[in-house]
Amino acid sequence: MVLLTNMAAVLSPWILRAAINHFQSEDLEMKLVLVYAGLIVVSSFVEGIFRFLMRRILIGVSRHIEYHLRNDLFAHLQTLSASFYQRNSTGDLMARATSDLAAVRAVLGPGIMYSINTFFTSVIVISILISISPYLAALTLSPLLAVSICVKYFGKLIHVRFQRIQEQFSRITTLVQENVSGIRVVKAYNQENAFIRRFRSSNDEYVRRSLSLVRIWGLFQPLLTLLLGSSLLGLFWLGGQQVMDGAITLGDFVAFIAYLAMLTWPTIALGYVVNIFERGSASMGRLCELFDSIPDVDDRLAEPAEVPLKGSIEVRNLSFAYNGTPVLSDISFDVAAGQTVALVGRTGSGKSTIANLLCRLRQAPHNTIFIGGRDINTIPLSVLRRHIGYAPQETFLFSDTVAGNIAFGRPAADRREVRAAAKVSNILGEIEEFPEQFDTFVGERGITLSGGQRQRLAISRALFTNPRILILDDSLSAVDTQTEERILGELASEIAHRTAFLISHRISTIRAADKILVLEQGRLVESGSHEELIAYGGPYAELYEKQLLREQLNIE
Amino acid sequence: MSIYHEEETPKRVYDRRLAKKLLKYLAPYRWVVLMSVILLTVASSLRLVGPLLTEIVIDKHIKNGDFHGLVQICQLFLLVLVVQFAVSFVQTYLTNWTGQKIMHDLRVEIFSHIQQLHLGYFDRMPVGRLITRVTTDVDVLNELFTSGVVNIVGDLVSLVGIVAIMLWLDWRLALVCFSVIPLLFIATLVFKAKVRGFYRRVRAAIARINAFLQENITGMSVVQLFVQEERKLEEFDVRNREHRDANVASILYYAIYYPVISLIGALSIALIVWYGGLRTLEGTITLGVLVAFIQYTDRFYKPISDLSEKFNILQSAMASSERIFSLLETPSEINTPASPHYLERVRGSLEFRNVWFSYRRDVPVLKNVSFTVSPGEKVAIVGATGSGKSTLINLLSRFYDVDRGKVLVDGVDVRDLSLDQLRQNIAVVLQDVFLFSGSVEENLRLWDRPVSQTELEWATQQVQAHPFIRALPEGYSTPVTERGTSLSAGQRQLLAFARALVHDPKILVLDEATSSIDTETELLLQEAVERLMENHTSLIVAHRLSTIQHCDRIVVLHKGEIREEGTHEELLKEEGIYYRLYQLEYRNRVEVEV
Repeated sequence: MVLLTNMAAVLSPWILRAAINHFQSEDLEMKLVLVYAGLIVVSSFVEGIFRFLMRRILIGVSRHIEYHLRNDLFAHLQTLSASFYQRNSTGDLMARATSDLAAVRAVLGPGIMYSINTFFTSVIVISILISISPYLAALTLSPLLAVSICVKYFGKLIHVRFQRIQEQFSRITTLVQENVSGIRVVKAYNQENAFIRRFRSSNDEYVRRSLSLVRIWGLFQPLLTLLLGSSLLGLFWLGGQQVMDGAITLGDFVAFIAYLAMLTWPTIALGYVVNIFERGSASMGRLCELFDSIPDVDDRLAEPAEVPLKGSIEVRNLSFAYNGTPVLSDISFDVAAGQTVALVGRTGSGKSTIANLLCRLRQAPHNTIFIGGRDINTIPLSVLRRHIGYAPQETFLFSDTVAGNIAFGRPAADRREVRAAAKVSNILGEIEEFPEQFDTFVGERGITLSGGQRQRLAISRALFTNPRILILDDSLSAVDTQTEERILGELASEIAHRTAFLISHRISTIRAADKILVLEQGRLVESGSHEELIAYGGPYAELYEKQLLREQLNIE
Repeated sequence: MSIYHEEETPKRVYDRRLAKKLLKYLAPYRWVVLMSVILLTVASSLRLVGPLLTEIVIDKHIKNGDFHGLVQICQLFLLVLVVQFAVSFVQTYLTNWTGQKIMHDLRVEIFSHIQQLHLGYFDRMPVGRLITRVTTDVDVLNELFTSGVVNIVGDLVSLVGIVAIMLWLDWRLALVCFSVIPLLFIATLVFKAKVRGFYRRVRAAIARINAFLQENITGMSVVQLFVQEERKLEEFDVRNREHRDANVASILYYAIYYPVISLIGALSIALIVWYGGLRTLEGTITLGVLVAFIQYTDRFYKPISDLSEKFNILQSAMASSERIFSLLETPSEINTPASPHYLERVRGSLEFRNVWFSYRRDVPVLKNVSFTVSPGEKVAIVGATGSGKSTLINLLSRFYDVDRGKVLVDGVDVRDLSLDQLRQNIAVVLQDVFLFSGSVEENLRLWDRPVSQTELEWATQQVQAHPFIRALPEGYSTPVTERGTSLSAGQRQLLAFARALVHDPKILVLDEATSSIDTETELLLQEAVERLMENHTSLIVAHRLSTIQHCDRIVVLHKGEIREEGTHEELLKEEGIYYRLYQLEYRNRVEVEV
């Protein structure tokens, strides 16, 4: 079809050539002129139909590919684990999913369409030129050889410079994204002007890099025009001489000019195509980086699991490090199904890391964590996570309704269940005071809610899926003592039939636990019930003493 | 679907008001713009010389066998080509230079404006949308300038030039040739009408994709934990599909439009062949003129189909600029007054005088709150979650303004002070510790003024953060990312404390800041904070009564009202809310002891 399109396109000059050659002869008739004129219109019409189909198909396909690629990208992002998101900023990922993807799309659509057109038009035109006069064709087309050298040389430069532009663009996006996300800190510390300065210098660099591309690009396009112009120049000079010598007819000469003019658009298009391709391949490289990042938490070792999993947990000689910094070393403990375990320890002692490993937000070494007797790494991720309800230390809520956030893990739930879950975390009363109760919208970062309200929503959300294992990571820290008391009361019945992990600093939160694990610098230093540990007189007892002491101080 | 996702779109394609505002950004570069327009005019005119020379070569030299004349023409043509090359390069560079400068100015202006906006604005505006404003929307405007406005001038020059030369060569043939122009106009008008809506749809779809990505990348771990990947992918698919469909729907019109333009072009060539053929028969027209006409016709339609491409750019640029200007025109509700009251020496007294406040209309968060803090005094605010404690801090730092009443620092209404002076003198440690990507050190000193290493380490030692920072792989230069790398929540909180200290405020405000720190660290910190409080006026929002033992006074807030106020002992005697809160913690202790 592409071939047909371009053959149709070359048809009109062909007719034109015949017409012009005819005009010089004496036997030109009115009728013939009309026939020629008619033929030109008809051939253009045929060409138009083909072009219509070609554009629809090629550009349409590119949009579909873009769509699939973007879906695939997002699906891939969903498989990547916490460590990936620590290395890559949101702004950078967004730039790749939009701006880079658009550049790749441009290759698949216009890029391919123009290059096919350029290729076929050139081939057809050049072969016709050769058929008219091989000698003249060779002479006039020789400057165009330089075009291919230019394309190669400039193409590489464009690629590198464009890549540098995209990198800077990502930096700008990241700066804006962080600044807006952290606007309270920015304002509280009067950092507005400092950020404007940083933003300005990032932008200066962006301008510098963009202009370095413009210098190449600005040279490239006129250079192509210059080369094409010199072809025409050569034609005037040598072709003109040949006509004078009678080696070729004037009609051929004119046709030569007309055909050479047909190469104008492809030459310009060639510039665009090179640009589109180089940008596209630079962007594709950036996308591949994403696609190639292998999730460090994955389902490779997964074996079908018996559902439901048993809630017992066994940790055996678990050591773990973040980028070479050891966080946990040689931890072992057992939790029977249905037990409540509390994790206590200093800031940075590794409590949250244990929670992250249990829900496989991070990858534990093999044969160190067993759930229901099975190595955690052999349990399919989705099965594992359906069994765990986790309220992370930092609460993230979606821009959705209150009900939508609570029922996040099981969207097709009825309002009664949502209410029940809200009741457990003691937030029902407050929700009922919201303007639209459960349908009240929670701002992008849950900003209209207080820290305590967000934490309590997260607890409801974690309980909502009716998990076998519940992990509350410092989930009551922003809640006052009175509310905490009430929540613990409500939770007691919920926790009774589940395996529960409570991470907290407050003795009041954890003393009812069946087992308390005390962590110090990534090591498990003691474990036992509250009474046992108090009697033992180790670090826990010391911690407890300190809390008591402070309350004592309070009384005086 | 989110309420945030409604993207406002402009009603009209071309808006004089918007164009005027855009022109303002061109003004500083008007000489460069003028220069590039002149150069472009030269380049466009030079491009028209080719066919004219063809006519001369054919009619004058080749037909007459004038080789000397041919050589002359060739030399002239070579000169034209070289000049055209040079002029094109300089013009492209100047145009893009200006485009980049304007884009730079605009970005910095938008970003600066965002910095000035009051906090309430950010509550309603998703981060992703603001990013779109600063990045992609500005890019579209750059395209408007570099390949739009300037090239339109070039195209117009070409068109006028072509028309003039054709009329000059042979006016009758020219008129015959132009007879198809009305068709061209009709085709373009129909196309414009059809394609108008699609650009808006595409822009809106992109903004929705951005907002979705921003939110879901940030909350990815929650999505994974609750095994909601499939549902989120479906939600993403809806947005992505809308983007594709809007684009695909517009292809139809492009696919029709471009061939139609070529067809009209072919029609006029056919007319030239027909009418020119007749005239050739009569012998009133030369072959050279005919060939030149055919070449010009070709060049005539190119700019016109380009113009419709430009129309797209114009369309999306208008959509983008409308959104940019609506952001720029959003006034900040909280500003430094025109002539701020300057405090020579901040003593640090605070007063809330009959303060009323609500985030949402008719839902008051604070009701007639009044209390004072004398310089150097330490006051704790206690109360249940949602009682309005954090709001007091928001009002003190002027993140929000009161509805009624006054907040005074050293007897001056905070609204009369410059925001800089006010915030320089208040250090706030917020519930959410936000770290910027950069090193630990950068996160402590921030970027506004030099801080010596000694000052820095003094601050970290005060809050016991020094040991753990030293233990990090690269110490103070360890990179920290947005989400805080391997720092625990408690460590991040320590950093926030140190950050507050580095900035050496008169007034110290801690908002629930000790909640994520274990008892032992908290005890250490407590000492430091106490020492710190000796030289500062301090306001502490706390949940646990233990945190506030050393405060001079306690204010009990309940449902937005001050219910009790006094020292620990006084409040216990009152046997009110504070007493009950205290009992609760106390009881826990007693039970254990028994």
